[in-house]
Amino acid sequence: MKTRDLSELAVRNLREAVLRNSLTTLGVAVGVASLVAMLSLGVGLQTLASQRLTRSGLFDAVFVTSQRNFRGPRRAPPAGSEAKQNSRALDEDARQQLSKLSNVTEVYPQIRFVTDVRYAGKSETTAVLGLPDSSRSSGAFEGMTGAYFSSPTAEEAILQIEFAKVLSDQPPSLVGKELTLRYAERSALPKNADDEDVLDSMMASGTPGSISIVPREKNLRIVGVIESDPSAGIGGFGGARVYLPLKTAEELHVAQPDDLQAFLSGNSAKPSYMALTVRVHSPKDVPQVEAAIKQLGFATFSLLDATKSLRLVFTVFDLFLGLFGSLALTVSSLGIINTLVMAILERRREIGILKALGATDRDVRSLFFAEAGAMGLFGGFFGVALGWLIGSALTWGTTIYLHRQNLPGVKISYIPWWLALGAIGFAIIVSLIAGLYPASRAARLNPVDALRYE
Amino acid sequence: MPTATAFLQAESVSREYRLGETVIRAVDAVSLTVEKGEFIALLGSSGSGKSTLLSMMAGLDRPTSGAIRVQERNLAELEADDLARYRRETVGMVFQSFNLLPRMTLEENVELPLRLAEIDRQERASRVGEALERVGLGARRRHRPSELSGGEQQRGALARALVNRPAILFADEPTGNLDSVNGEQILLLLREIQDSLGMTIIMVTHERPLAEKFANRIALLSDGRLVSDGAQH
Repeated sequence: MKTRDLSELAVRNLREAVLRNSLTTLGVAVGVASLVAMLSLGVGLQTLASQRLTRSGLFDAVFVTSQRNFRGPRRAPPAGSEAKQNSRALDEDARQQLSKLSNVTEVYPQIRFVTDVRYAGKSETTAVLGLPDSSRSSGAFEGMTGAYFSSPTAEEAILQIEFAKVLSDQPPSLVGKELTLRYAERSALPKNADDEDVLDSMMASGTPGSISIVPREKNLRIVGVIESDPSAGIGGFGGARVYLPLKTAEELHVAQPDDLQAFLSGNSAKPSYMALTVRVHSPKDVPQVEAAIKQLGFATFSLLDATKSLRLVFTVFDLFLGLFGSLALTVSSLGIINTLVMAILERRREIGILKALGATDRDVRSLFFAEAGAMGLFGGFFGVALGWLIGSALTWGTTIYLHRQNLPGVKISYIPWWLALGAIGFAIIVSLIAGLYPASRAARLNPVDALRYE
Repeated sequence: MPTATAFLQAESVSREYRLGETVIRAVDAVSLTVEKGEFIALLGSSGSGKSTLLSMMAGLDRPTSGAIRVQERNLAELEADDLARYRRETVGMVFQSFNLLPRMTLEENVELPLRLAEIDRQERASRVGEALERVGLGARRRHRPSELSGGEQQRGALARALVNRPAILFADEPTGNLDSVNGEQILLLLREIQDSLGMTIIMVTHERPLAEKFANRIALLSDGRLVSDGAQH
């Protein structure tokens, strides 16, 4: 029989015992829904964790240092470290070169310094950190009081709540106020400066070029107070209490430990960085970018291994959720077997008639298979829809709970297209397997016996 | 040996059923030759083996021993799929209880053998219409079997048996569930089909008067054996 005729007959047969077949299909749908809901929860949590980690900037970043930075200035180079002696400086040229690598979205230095902060007559010493514009979307600033920097060059500051409490009993009231940074500015002296000889002799250096350290002040408007510590460990924003836009921080030319190193190495006219952070499109680009940077002669570090472990944990988590979901589908497949076996008993005579009219065993088997498959297909579709509803309800409930805890809502359930299609396919396969026995039993019926059946 | 015009030949056909230790021989070494275009009635009382013999000749059952030859093929040796093809392409069947599928319309019931034979949809429609017109049910095509009288249902079943243009028509007690008027109408229709299409018809009945009135030949069975075989008219 042609596929179209077979499908028509199967759907017609399903329509005949509409209540029983609907209940069986509903059973499949509930099984699929539990599978989809469980897996969507797993996928949702994984996506959430992955998004948060990606936004934290830890897993899509490569931290670059010059290889020579690993050695103390007075320590002899280890044996076989010829390459390190000839390694390149991490200067502006290197920064430009790194930013041109494929899949690199941003390259920025770490500008962190300890300085005096003055506010309302108080003076406090704290760590200041320049934030790249990409940290706006890191998620760390969600739910903060006030707002993120208005522009990458704004003369604005965000305070960490603990530091804000030091400045004021009412930290939110600080938003809109001004504070003053007192810092040490580094500037290169011109060769023909009158005091160059004096400075050179003071620094006991015979090398050309010098630096000056000048005390400066900068007024900044407080635009936000952040509850959490957006510091994120290695290479991140770690440990600072006052945050500025990175470009603003760079413009300050605050004296950094690098400057001393540059000065000692006689290269003070061309500043170099202690470390650069190279941000990539996605964590999967990290290995390739890391390899390219190493080829350029720099040392690198990334937290990729941590993401691998995390992925392993979630894969096992998904596996268990999938197994529990599959159990429900297996139970519902027993419903399909029951329905189809009952159908054989009821439709014995019909099977006999079909065989008398020339249907082959294969035709009869295919018909029952098609009916089982159709129940699987419909059950799969309804199940995915039901699973989506369950997932949405879970997200809704979680969001309400989180809002009550003054936390932003999160989407904990997510159904990607492959899960929806996979669940429907799985439902069809389970249904076909469930239809295997009834279909072959129907196909084996002797037409004379079947026709005699009342 | 088959004759030159023999369409179907049963050669010492037996069919046994086993019930525990007991062996029941429903058909016992029956030999019968059916010529092309014949209308033969298998007559006998209940349990005489006539329906069992018909089932074997129609390819619904296989003999325990002996051979049934139709157009050079021995049905007893055919594979299941070939036997199904024989039923689909060579045979038309009418049953005592009509056996129309209750959830389908008359038209869909008649179309069923054509679906199984994978006939093109357009041709199916014209052949269904033609078959229903032949039995006088053109106007009832959209009705379900439950909306038809017994006579109409049997005519519908006859249309279904004819729609695949079979070479041989088997009728198992076609008048068994009908009153005498409708029964006669059905047999008249069979006779007309035999005359107009030259179709071979083998009918099982226990009603001797009807067999004598409409069949060309009567084969009498008793206790599974063929006891007489003679031409009518």
